Amino acid sequence: MFKMLNPKRFYHAVGRKKFLEFILLAVFILFFYGPLINMLMLAFANEYTVPHILPEVWGFKWWSYVFAQKSLVSSIVQSFVIAIVTTAISMVFCIPAAYSIARFKYPGRKVFMLSFLLTNAFPKLGIYTSIAVLFYKYGLMGTYPGVIIIHMINSMMFMVWLPASAFRSVHRQQEEAARDVGAGPIRTFFKVTLPMAMPGISVATLYTFLGSMEEAQGTMLVGLARVQTMPVAMYGIVLDSSAVQIGAVFAILLIIPSAVMIFLMRKYIGPEAIAGGFKMK
Amino acid sequence: MSDRKIKLQIKDMTKKYDNGDGVEHINLDVYEGEIVTFLGPSGCGKSTILRTLGGFLDVTDGDILIDDKSIISLPPEKRPTAMVFQSYNLWPHMTIYENLAFGLKLRKIPKSTYDPDIKKMLELVHMSGSEKKYPGQLSGGQQQRIAIARSLLLKPSLLLLDEPFSALDAKIRQEMREELKKIQNDLGITVIFVTHDQEEAMALSHRIVVMNKGKFDQVGTPEEIYDDPQTLHVASFIGEMNFIDMDGKTIAVRPEDLTVTPGKGKGDLNATVRTSMLMGHYVSLTAQYGDKVIKCFIDRDISEELQVGDDISLTIGKHTIFKDGQRV
Repeated sequence: MFKMLNPKRFYHAVGRKKFLEFILLAVFILFFYGPLINMLMLAFANEYTVPHILPEVWGFKWWSYVFAQKSLVSSIVQSFVIAIVTTAISMVFCIPAAYSIARFKYPGRKVFMLSFLLTNAFPKLGIYTSIAVLFYKYGLMGTYPGVIIIHMINSMMFMVWLPASAFRSVHRQQEEAARDVGAGPIRTFFKVTLPMAMPGISVATLYTFLGSMEEAQGTMLVGLARVQTMPVAMYGIVLDSSAVQIGAVFAILLIIPSAVMIFLMRKYIGPEAIAGGFKMK
Repeated sequence: MSDRKIKLQIKDMTKKYDNGDGVEHINLDVYEGEIVTFLGPSGCGKSTILRTLGGFLDVTDGDILIDDKSIISLPPEKRPTAMVFQSYNLWPHMTIYENLAFGLKLRKIPKSTYDPDIKKMLELVHMSGSEKKYPGQLSGGQQQRIAIARSLLLKPSLLLLDEPFSALDAKIRQEMREELKKIQNDLGITVIFVTHDQEEAMALSHRIVVMNKGKFDQVGTPEEIYDDPQTLHVASFIGEMNFIDMDGKTIAVRPEDLTVTPGKGKGDLNATVRTSMLMGHYVSLTAQYGDKVIKCFIDRDISEELQVGDDISLTIGKHTIFKDGQRV
């Protein structure tokens, strides 16, 4: 059986094309999962020095260290609070905008849609810097509202385009049928249109939430290190090279909410759902 | 007819779209318990009229009365009408039962009252046992049955059907047609039906309104429309018709109203046999008359004497004559 693991035998058994594909896939997997596995290992390494491949001492030392640090724990809380508030406010603003784009034809509709792309088309740092000038004027620097606005700017494109395509996929006749049986326009929206557009909206919500969780650049700049979210705290830790493991622990903490949410919404996340959101009609 | 109660009255109604299309000066009375069909090619304005009745379009001018009350200022949810659309009637995130109960709940009817109604209605449309299913699990025909059931449950004054069977295949369409007629007969409701399928219109309706380019061409019973078309458009749109031009007039004659005799000079027209097709109990024969092709339905025993290319005489029986598109 081990004979078959001989690369030469393998090469001749599957043929040249398959063999190259296999190599490519192997490199790819190593490239993607290597750092992840390394990070997982580091998070549970009490002691680790470079020449070794595996940690000398395994354990939860750095986990207890992280949770003992008040500032680190508070950064986790801040991250979640900001992400939830950002998502909620984005929904309030963007879902009606998405509905208007999907349902009504008005001049400037396409320009309106494209304007959300603009925030993602320019170098972020430039935008943040010019925003900072405005924020100083209005006293938003180093405040939660300031950071939340920055996070919302980043998520707007997803939050408008994806729900707009979801609303467009609800047939007008389905809305009209609800009106016909006696539902007013508002009830029709909440009982028929919104539930039917929910898959698209939840994907957008997911992106917004996760995007806010991992946003660091703008948060650092506008938050002036007064608003310390997890990614911001991580910058500090990564720069302090003596404690690689804290970074690994943090990374895992950051992955958990993403992994949970992606798992919950796996049905709705797919190339079609995302591509569907970027149709301009 | 005059002693029957008028259910729906359309009075000089006009609906113009921004691009100038639409319908103008529509007048129609519909009696209680009647099925009236709007029939016409797509774009003739038949759906426009139906949508103004349902409240999905505002009228530009005129009035619509149901039971002598004007409804034009009411939104769709306040109108005593129920509409079945061509497709996408049901809400896919609700079960069949929830779909049916939605409108009843909005009317604050207690569940103990509407529950037996839903059961009965599902039986009526032959869909018992589908309460817990989702619309996606049903076929197109079944979905339309549920849509009709949902409309009927609300006990509308007027049932509006916007080409409800056109997305279904021919066999199911025919079944649905028969069932709809039976249900209408049992419940005695008034129905406005819109279709572009003349066969469907003939089979279903008490009266047909044939429409063309936003105007009524003719209003009448299926017999009147078939036997006595008032315009060239009606004559060409309903059933099969031969048009023979003579002295600036057009003679319209149906294939079954032509008599074929073998040999020349024995009838009104001399022609030759072009094709002959056995259709079952009769034969569909096409005759070459000058550069025109005329279709005749003849008995099998006559066709057996004829070969392709034989001379024949055609005798015109019942016919109508048109000049400039209008009946003479």
